Amino acid sequence: MTFFKYAAYRLVTMLLTLLVVSVLIFVIINLPPGDYLSNQIAELRATGQAEGVAKAEFLRKEYALDQPIWRQYLVWMGFAPGPNGYSGLLQGNLGWSFYNDEPVADVVGGKLWLTVLVNVAAVIFIYAVSLPLGVIAAARSKTWADYLTTFIGYLGLATPNFLLALILYYYGRKYIGLPIGGLMDPSFEGEPMSLAKIWSVLVHLIVPTFVIGTAGTAAMMQRLRANMLDELEKPYVETAIAKGMSPSRMLTKYPLRMAFNPFVADIGNLLPSMVSGSVIISVVMSLPTIGPDLLDALRTQDQFLAGFVLLFVAFLTLVGTMISDLLLVMLDPRIKFAGRRS
Amino acid sequence: MSPLLSVHNLRIGFGKAPDVVQDVSFSVQRGETLALVGESGSGKTITCRSVLRILPRAAQIRGGQILFGPEQTDLLTLPERQMRDVRGNQVSMIFQEPMRSLSPLHRIGNQVGEVLKLHENVSADEACKRVLAAFEQVGFADPERAFRAYPFEMSGGMRQRAMIAMAMVARPQLLIADEPTTALDVTTQAQVLGLIKDLQRETGMGLILVTHDLGVVANMAESVVVMRKGRVMEAGPAGPILTDPAHGYTRKLLAAAPTIPKDIEPAPPLPQEDLILEMKDVSKTFTMKSRGWQAPQLVKACQQVNLKLPRGKTVAIVGESGSGKTTAARIAMAAETADAGAEIWFRPQKGAAPVAVHDMNSAQRVAFQRQVQMVFQDPYSSLSPRMRIRQALTEPLEIHGIGTWAERRDKAEEMLRLVGLNPGMLNRYPHAFSGGQRQRLSIARALTLDPVLLVCDEPTSALDVSVQEQVLELLEEIRDEAGLSYLFISHDLAVVARLADEVAVMRQGYIVEQAPPATLFNNPRHPYTRALIAAQPKPDIRRPIDLLEVSRGAGAPRDWPEPFGFDGDDPPALREIEPGHKVRHHA
Repeated sequence: MTFFKYAAYRLVTMLLTLLVVSVLIFVIINLPPGDYLSNQIAELRATGQAEGVAKAEFLRKEYALDQPIWRQYLVWMGFAPGPNGYSGLLQGNLGWSFYNDEPVADVVGGKLWLTVLVNVAAVIFIYAVSLPLGVIAAARSKTWADYLTTFIGYLGLATPNFLLALILYYYGRKYIGLPIGGLMDPSFEGEPMSLAKIWSVLVHLIVPTFVIGTAGTAAMMQRLRANMLDELEKPYVETAIAKGMSPSRMLTKYPLRMAFNPFVADIGNLLPSMVSGSVIISVVMSLPTIGPDLLDALRTQDQFLAGFVLLFVAFLTLVGTMISDLLLVMLDPRIKFAGRRS
Repeated sequence: MSPLLSVHNLRIGFGKAPDVVQDVSFSVQRGETLALVGESGSGKTITCRSVLRILPRAAQIRGGQILFGPEQTDLLTLPERQMRDVRGNQVSMIFQEPMRSLSPLHRIGNQVGEVLKLHENVSADEACKRVLAAFEQVGFADPERAFRAYPFEMSGGMRQRAMIAMAMVARPQLLIADEPTTALDVTTQAQVLGLIKDLQRETGMGLILVTHDLGVVANMAESVVVMRKGRVMEAGPAGPILTDPAHGYTRKLLAAAPTIPKDIEPAPPLPQEDLILEMKDVSKTFTMKSRGWQAPQLVKACQQVNLKLPRGKTVAIVGESGSGKTTAARIAMAAETADAGAEIWFRPQKGAAPVAVHDMNSAQRVAFQRQVQMVFQDPYSSLSPRMRIRQALTEPLEIHGIGTWAERRDKAEEMLRLVGLNPGMLNRYPHAFSGGQRQRLSIARALTLDPVLLVCDEPTSALDVSVQEQVLELLEEIRDEAGLSYLFISHDLAVVARLADEVAVMRQGYIVEQAPPATLFNNPRHPYTRALIAAQPKPDIRRPIDLLEVSRGAGAPRDWPEPFGFDGDDPPALREIEPGHKVRHHA
């Protein structure tokens, strides 16, 4: 089986997993009794607002909420025709956000790619920082270099992120003139893409990347350090030294390659924890990401919005795992993709 | 002329603890082989590693000199950068575990060629040519393929050859080999030792050989340094030390060295009635997973095995890795199902109706599992580190619902006494025991259910030589006292010699020769049996390994001389040539 065949096979399993995940998400969101609309209708009735009730009833019909739950799922996904024919996720209709009273697509719209952008930037930051620090900490374990890197790492882990955000904004503004809040200058919002807009986004990204990244860096660094320490005990390291290799060359060629596997395998796990973990920071730094929307949606049982965001996070996770699986196959000749078939 | 390497008053220690290497001195001439001999913990490994200064980080060199080469450079004070030029270039090293001493993620050619890249200013082409030449020198049939291979695609012997090629490719003046053959099969060991010897003759390099095996010493070394607990006990030329040791410790080591006894009492062939276990036409074929369009590969682990084990006796299956001996044992104890057509009969008591092991219902299986127990190879991993000894010993009783809590505890105490341990140890965890004690514990655990048949899978191969002896004695005692029957699996003819009533030698899934030990060792007929016996290193410099004999029998079946050779799946029959002595050969 060639690599490409394995990649295709992996893609198919990913889509199947996504399908199963969508069922789970839908079921779990609908587990609490009632839904957004029935709650609202009850409230409107109590306060005697008849025209509101009519609208809510209309929405219930429109989004098939009066149907049994399995049918609701099929309509939501676009597997079965709703009141307006096939019009679900598959057809590109993300549903209606009752809480925001506008289509889900409009709520999440531009935020999706900004979320991805912020998180990918944070992941890159985590990897770029923890890789050298972890290697240094392992190679010089139990010396001041190890203690210093570990200290910095734990400082990042222990400092409340929003506090770090405020501090960085303050000093960033004061000394280098970094912008505060948001992910781009307000004048660019809704504007078409341009070099100036990209530049603005990049400058705005600096502080959020740093703040979200520091939390993950400490854990990742310690993990790499532990892996490296394990690998440094292995006999092949001794073989390499006995050949007359210099320490830096030996470290990067042999143990680092081996310690890299768990590192790569973590890509998939990092993404979801950052989407759900960065809610507070998003609020504090007024980042237009979907984290806060997810929180609101879950609180108010705004099921289509919550469902879509959760599905999107699941999608990111699965893509991350797939990428790490494919990278592992490329990095480690011992992993045979054929063996994974049955 | 000054020696190639001389070590003077070397002292090494850890932290604040006393020295683990005390005042060690020795020297090696060009072209000479020096053996550093000792048991585990003797400091021999750390001494040889200090020459290249690859020590654990906590180790400190506390004194002494290591002078090397014509300039008598002190390797202990040489700056790290210059030390790197010595390593791999002038002094190189071979390690014990070929399985783990090569990086699993890099191709062999890359790892070997790296030595040249580091030390000599050679072009990639030139480096590749020299690596291929080195591969040919160490006996790779297809050097190009070895160059492209990853370590996991090679057998242990092949990897050790690759390691040797790596150590030799820059033509060092001194080679340090740290237990280079301990992890290898005995015929492979003989060939690798022969190879090292040949290479040394060709290049005239000095060799420091670190080993625990006096048989290896006798075959390889001109001079010997015997170490114990960090001190040199005895040093000098190999001949006198091995024939007439002056120090008591050397005498003890010599006595414990496993050898195939020359004078075993010839025993009559085993009785053929009252068989506790009978295996008829047992074969096992494993199917490897197919890769893409290729057809699934069949691996024939074990072929037409017939064994009869009389009650109260011991039958041993001997073979190297991949011979199918473990598969046969697993089938005998129903841990594996044989291919269709096999019959395995088990008679728990004399005259009892035989149980068809190949076709048991679940009630029969539970009863069978009580009566047949196993002793495993590695006492370090076969006891759970989180279970107290009491739990480990009473668990089998619990599983089968036997006895009350107090009765089980009494049984556990009785078992501990039986294997020579103090019943007061019941509440300890396995880490508090030495390797030999742990193996006693696993024997005790196997005996708690009062089995009638014990399958021993290499029960001594993970232990030190002096401890091996004690465990074998224990097994012998228990067998005779309790009237047990043993099916004994081993790769080591010397271990089997004292315990077995009959020995079956297996090679590539087939039994090639089968006889009582006296007959087998005094009159081996099959070339593979002869190779196994010849390859066993003897601690006697007048009886070196006969490499020719080894190479005649250690190859593939098609290379065996007439009338033994065969191709593929068409072996000759196992024929009786005298009462109780069967050999697989063409009539």
